[in-house]
Amino acid sequence: MWRYIAKRLLSMIPVLIGVSFIIFTLLYFTPGDPASMVLGEQASEEAKNEWREEYGLNDSFWTQYFRYIKDIVTKGDFGDSYRNGRSVTSSLIDRFPTTFLLAVCTCVVAMLVGVVLGIVAANHQNSWIDAIARVFGMIGISMPMFWFALLLIMFFAVKLQWFPVSGFYGPRYVVLPAIALGLTHAASLMRITRSSVLDCIRQDYVRTARAKGQTEGVITRHHILRNALIPIVTAAGTSFGIALGGAMIMEQIFAIPGLGRLMVDGINQRDYPIVRGAVMLLALSFSLVNLAVDMLYAYIDPRIKAQYQGASRKKQKTEAEEVQA
Amino acid sequence: MKTAEQQDTAIHEIKKRSMTGEVLSRLVRNKGAVIGFIIILIVVVACVLAPVIAPYHYDDQDISRKFLEPCADFIMGTDNLGRDIFSRLLYGGRISLQVGFIATGISALFGITLGAISGYYGGKIDNVIMRVLDIFMAIPNLLLAIAISASLGTGIASAMIAVGVSSIPQFARIVRGPILSVKGQEYIEAATAIDASDMRIIFRHLLPNVLSPIIVQITLGVANSIIAAASLSFLGLGVQPPQPEWGAMLSASRVYIVDHSYMVTFPGLAIALLVISLNLFGDGLRDAMDPRLKD
Amino acid sequence: MSDTILSIKDLSIQYVSREIGTCRAVNNVSLDIQKGENLGLVGETGAGKTTIALGILRLTPKPQGRVTSGTVEFWGEDLYKKSEAEMRKIRGEKISMIFQDPMTALNPIDPVGDQISEMIWLHEKITKKEAAAKAANMLEMVGIPAARYKEYPHQFSGGMKQRVVIAMALACSPELLIADEPTTALDVTIQAQVLDMMNGLKKELGTSLLLITHDLGVVAEMCDKVAIIYAGEIVEVGTTRHIFKDTRHPYTKGLFGSLPDMNSHSKRLKPIHGLMPDPANLPQGCKFAPRCEFCTERCTKQEQELTAVSPDGHLVRCWRAVEEEGGV
Repeated sequence: MWRYIAKRLLSMIPVLIGVSFIIFTLLYFTPGDPASMVLGEQASEEAKNEWREEYGLNDSFWTQYFRYIKDIVTKGDFGDSYRNGRSVTSSLIDRFPTTFLLAVCTCVVAMLVGVVLGIVAANHQNSWIDAIARVFGMIGISMPMFWFALLLIMFFAVKLQWFPVSGFYGPRYVVLPAIALGLTHAASLMRITRSSVLDCIRQDYVRTARAKGQTEGVITRHHILRNALIPIVTAAGTSFGIALGGAMIMEQIFAIPGLGRLMVDGINQRDYPIVRGAVMLLALSFSLVNLAVDMLYAYIDPRIKAQYQGASRKKQKTEAEEVQA
Repeated sequence: MKTAEQQDTAIHEIKKRSMTGEVLSRLVRNKGAVIGFIIILIVVVACVLAPVIAPYHYDDQDISRKFLEPCADFIMGTDNLGRDIFSRLLYGGRISLQVGFIATGISALFGITLGAISGYYGGKIDNVIMRVLDIFMAIPNLLLAIAISASLGTGIASAMIAVGVSSIPQFARIVRGPILSVKGQEYIEAATAIDASDMRIIFRHLLPNVLSPIIVQITLGVANSIIAAASLSFLGLGVQPPQPEWGAMLSASRVYIVDHSYMVTFPGLAIALLVISLNLFGDGLRDAMDPRLKD
Repeated sequence: MSDTILSIKDLSIQYVSREIGTCRAVNNVSLDIQKGENLGLVGETGAGKTTIALGILRLTPKPQGRVTSGTVEFWGEDLYKKSEAEMRKIRGEKISMIFQDPMTALNPIDPVGDQISEMIWLHEKITKKEAAAKAANMLEMVGIPAARYKEYPHQFSGGMKQRVVIAMALACSPELLIADEPTTALDVTIQAQVLDMMNGLKKELGTSLLLITHDLGVVAEMCDKVAIIYAGEIVEVGTTRHIFKDTRHPYTKGLFGSLPDMNSHSKRLKPIHGLMPDPANLPQGCKFAPRCEFCTERCTKQEQELTAVSPDGHLVRCWRAVEEEGGV
């Protein structure tokens, strides 16, 4: 198992290098001159050139790229902001916990509502509660989350004044963005959970369990749910990525000082080191979450675990089996 | 033996009905899909005919009539510059639909090609393509779209490309898997044996197997693209004012959310309505094409 | 008869679906099984055999399946009058079932040993540890080393999985074992082994057996009594000798005609032409009439009841067979 984790961690390296290359290339060829943005159009060509020299922007593409990678790998240095010369790494460290918290809260809301509703709906297929769940699922996957967020603000922040409209100064400030993002995502989780559970309900081993005289409670919890979990866990992993992306919009709407706002501001101000750093960090955390999801698979499903434990043991098994049969 | 004859004719009739006919008849029986299709049709027609239907031009400003609540003259009210929101929605729908369809077209074209090549040739080519797609998949979708549109600058074309490119991997995935599993079957070997060209095998024998998931993914992809494009313009990327794109309208009106909430309500409703109908239709299509998937 | 362990009377089961309509899967079936007896239930795929088995255990798939008439008496008590909790005590402990497809009958995420001990622990007042020990014994009994207790279904071949399923079904020494095509999914060599093993275990535990199969060879080897089922109805029932040596119903004859016979020199098989009728659209009169070479006007209008053609319990549902006997 540990060997597998190590292997997966290693295989993340080329992916992350690929991400860095894509994002670096994209921003390198972006039209618009950072020097003019930072120093103003009126600044002398000399001053601009000096500024470019300072940030190494006069070097060739490959020199710049390899320097960028080298600094990250050797010093954990993502460069300095064009705007204020501040270290990007420290800005990222400042902002990341907020975004991460928001994404986690979102996932919690999405999992709680989506998975529970999905299970209940599947267990009462074609009942009124199933109908409600399906309507919720359809609306949820179709509603743009930023609009839903605005509606929530309109109702809970402006009309009822239960929650603050914007800012980020405590738990109360997380509620609306987490609900806005979480509920829209709960919808798709609900749909996946429902169909996954429905699929498992029809399996032969569930009938076997009934024929054993097992109680319905244990059948649902143990035989159905544990088997239905795999697609659900996959979806939960994806949902974390969506939550990270969605957090960028929520931060914009609710004026939350997170990575997303840092990045959008960076884009508007042509502050590329910030944008690159934010994308890299988000991709890294997304990859780590997906790795964790893969680990969970192995815990849930012995068939997947067997794949991890190398082919040699498996071969021994089949041979032994043949001898016996 | 009358009964046997009847049975024979019944079987015969079932065989006569084509696959497409079967799918269509199942689709027509699905209420959600029919409603979705009708709404899509109405929205498309209304948006195409926007210059005829819309009471005003989308950029027809008149400060003297700003912030009018919905009334007989302005059924959805006017915005901060006195422009008719209903007219703007009609024109905006053209942009949303364009972006939705063209972006999905881009991702379908590239995704299907990559997925088919990857699945058919396998080996090194497959490995390279899948590793590159892995890289794209490591970046959350919206983030990728944002990064691409940041580098391409603002505008409709940029939004289309950004949204389209970011969902290429999804298409590649749904195509590659089934092709990989169908590839080994005898009839493909037979086609290879009679020296059919690779292109012919891919297009004539392999892709038809994945047709239904592709069609479904395209329908749902249009829905997702519309939301993604709206998200981009909401963030100030992609389509820019004064173009009346729905996401951009929402973004511009959110300043007035406290006093003029109708400005936020209508563009959002428009997006939600269109996307719901696309999703309803897509779901219905999936159930009709593959009854096994139906719950 | 005090020795009757299971008595099915007039059982009818339908599947209702919006798209297909009402499927009459089982129609007025009556069957008795005596203590220690092996009853074979023979018919084509789709004849309603599995549905009967599920009906006995009250496991008809919900919500589409429903039992529309009849009773199932176990030692004289109607199972359909029992509560869910009472029923759970009977399932597995008194009546247990071997399912058709060993590939899917086991839960892929549980070790096979645990799946057997789950059964034991549910029905016997013992600790989990004792149940596990007993489950390990059961594994040994069906020829799987107890060392493989902790292994998962995917690590076993089809035949081995079927052994696990059998071990599970026999774990609580049931009084009645329902075996639904226990050997269909297996290779011929493994088939013989499994049947042999089932026979041995059955004798050891004194269990009655309801063997569901479409394989007449298996029936000849295993069963005392045979019921032939067609389109959800029993068409002929009798001792194995009646069915094999004194075949009456044209359908049963057809079944034998479809078998290659090593001893006779006839050059070709005599398959039954046509298909079994759609259970959503059963013909009026005799269900077999459309395929029957002896079909008459009367057959398509009215159906014969199951009628005795010999004093010792050979019953046939066919006008012609009964008339030949001089009855009615």
